[in-house]
Amino acid sequence: MGRKILFVTTDQQRYDTLGCNGGNIARTPVVDALAADGVRYERAVPQSVVCMPSRSTMLTGQYPSTHGVWMNGVPLPVDAPSVAALLYRAGYRTALVGKPHFEPFLDPFGKFTENVLAGQGRETAENQPWFDGTTGPHRGFEHLEFSTHGGAGQLHYARWLMANHPEAIGMFYPVLDSTFEVNATGGGETGAPQVHINPMPKEWYHTDWVADRTISWLDSLQADDDWFCWMSFPDPHHPWDPPAAETARINWRDVDLPANYPTTAAEREAILDAKPRHWRMWYDGELVSNYEAPKHWVPATLTTDQLREVTALNAVECELIDEALGRVMAAIAARGWGDDVDVIFTTDHGELGGDFGLMFKGPYHVDGLMRLPLIWRPAKSAGLTPSVVSRPVGLVDLAPTFCTIAGLEPAPWMQGKPLPVHDTDADARGHDKVLTEWDSELFGVAVHLRTITRGGWVCTAYKPGYVHDGSEGELYNLTEDPFQRNNLWDNPAHAATRSDLLADLWDSQPPVHTPHMPLIAPV
Amino acid sequence: MATLRREIRIHRPASEVWKVVGRPEILHLWFPGVASCTVTGNVRVIVLGSGVPMPEEIVTNDSLQRRFQYHITSPLFKQHLATIDVIDLDDGTCVVVYSTDADPAVMALVIGGATTGALEELRRQFESGVGPALDAVAAAGSPVMGGRV
Repeated sequence: MGRKILFVTTDQQRYDTLGCNGGNIARTPVVDALAADGVRYERAVPQSVVCMPSRSTMLTGQYPSTHGVWMNGVPLPVDAPSVAALLYRAGYRTALVGKPHFEPFLDPFGKFTENVLAGQGRETAENQPWFDGTTGPHRGFEHLEFSTHGGAGQLHYARWLMANHPEAIGMFYPVLDSTFEVNATGGGETGAPQVHINPMPKEWYHTDWVADRTISWLDSLQADDDWFCWMSFPDPHHPWDPPAAETARINWRDVDLPANYPTTAAEREAILDAKPRHWRMWYDGELVSNYEAPKHWVPATLTTDQLREVTALNAVECELIDEALGRVMAAIAARGWGDDVDVIFTTDHGELGGDFGLMFKGPYHVDGLMRLPLIWRPAKSAGLTPSVVSRPVGLVDLAPTFCTIAGLEPAPWMQGKPLPVHDTDADARGHDKVLTEWDSELFGVAVHLRTITRGGWVCTAYKPGYVHDGSEGELYNLTEDPFQRNNLWDNPAHAATRSDLLADLWDSQPPVHTPHMPLIAPV
Repeated sequence: MATLRREIRIHRPASEVWKVVGRPEILHLWFPGVASCTVTGNVRVIVLGSGVPMPEEIVTNDSLQRRFQYHITSPLFKQHLATIDVIDLDDGTCVVVYSTDADPAVMALVIGGATTGALEELRRQFESGVGPALDAVAAAGSPVMGGRV
């Protein structure tokens, strides 16, 4: 019997929303305890700051350039490499419960496997037309139950809600508006975008459903089964519409403004003006370069009360996740597996959360989106000493880590390295830098970024695009400027640093997937 | 309004490819995700893989220019125009261009994005000489060269 793996992901969660990372709004005792008993990473960086490319990186252990999912709306091929398939072939029982998002959700043609599977109400992909017998069940997961941010659609959660609580389908905030754009309609008490008072009881909400279905699957296993379970919570990604009865946990009027929210418009504008043009253009509502933020919302209109309410509701969602994880951990302990389960907790990307006066996400490679919560609580039977790792690691390192936990050699197609367990280990195994990519091309607007995080610096180079000529960039000293307010790209005093980082950035670019896969849906 | 264009080169003559593209009632045989289609006069109703019916008005079916155009008339759209051009390259091959203009803009990507798969399937059938669209044309007494007859 080997070590079992509980892989917990959230969606769009900031680093500073966990108590163990210094957060002081949401109470997260379960994750904090995992961190105290395990390894807490202070500089975990995604390879993309949007869902589909980042989740594809987690599954494949490859950079977006290599697995080919360069933006939301580009589906990961069904036969793409999968660490879950490796584990399945090694005898692990495998499940994915919650939000997958390897394929687009907007799918009226019913083309995408995950939507088709869920639409059929099936929980396993075996005997399906796309099951080719070589990668195991769908993407290596023998058990699949899906949910996303609401009750509409054909995913398993929506079908469960329709079957059991049909009156609740309309209780969620509609993520998209009548023109299928990300909804900008304001709600709550402040009129903040993507905020909504949801009368749904907690027990019907997708966070609890994901935990319930995970526990149900774990209960179906034999005591001596090895298992890999990816439990994927859709929150705290917008919309911010947690069950109304839970919102009293945190009074938004008592919430401090985020530390990186410049409180005057003049200060915000001065900071944004020192960054490449698309920052300020988005703030002013002149350019929405991607589909991931509400097209009709202008960040400059964000009020401090709106930001407080969003921050509070986001924290409520983080608390609900923590409690749901606590229930799953209790179920694991009740099965007698407490000493043999590795738990890895992370998210796919961050949330701007008021930084610079902005919210949501986009082509902005700064800590709000790039500094992720990552906790690895190794199985107690592994005998590892708790630690904190300050060196940069990436989500690309997760797949080889899962292999190592399972006693397998990482696959040759994986591009990361098993996560270090302390800084000395990181230094010995060359965990000195992480790369992040952004490519978006939507209705004539192209934005292309390449970023390296190394040695306390983050350096982003811009390729030519709709508003960039290829000469722009960003350079921040993470130690002296933890909020990345002072762009040193054009500062002659840092020209050598910039040159060195850029040389490493371009020398380290991963192989590019061929053929280039087309964008075939918005998200 | 947003516009999206997809194109593909097919190593078969334009005249042959047009025999499929110009037949609106067999779209479901080469457009993945279209479960069925019915044509009555200039009205075509396609049913998507998700079960959603999509009514369309055929506005152009020009065998001389080898151009086919249609509007989706579903209330999901404020405006829509799809244009399929089969362009002869004078070397026994052709380019098929599938353009989608739509309002709301997102629907251009939702609908137009699917045309990528349609063009790939069209090429697959023609260049392999095997496929249900070719069979349908053959059954109608106008087989395409290389098709199963």
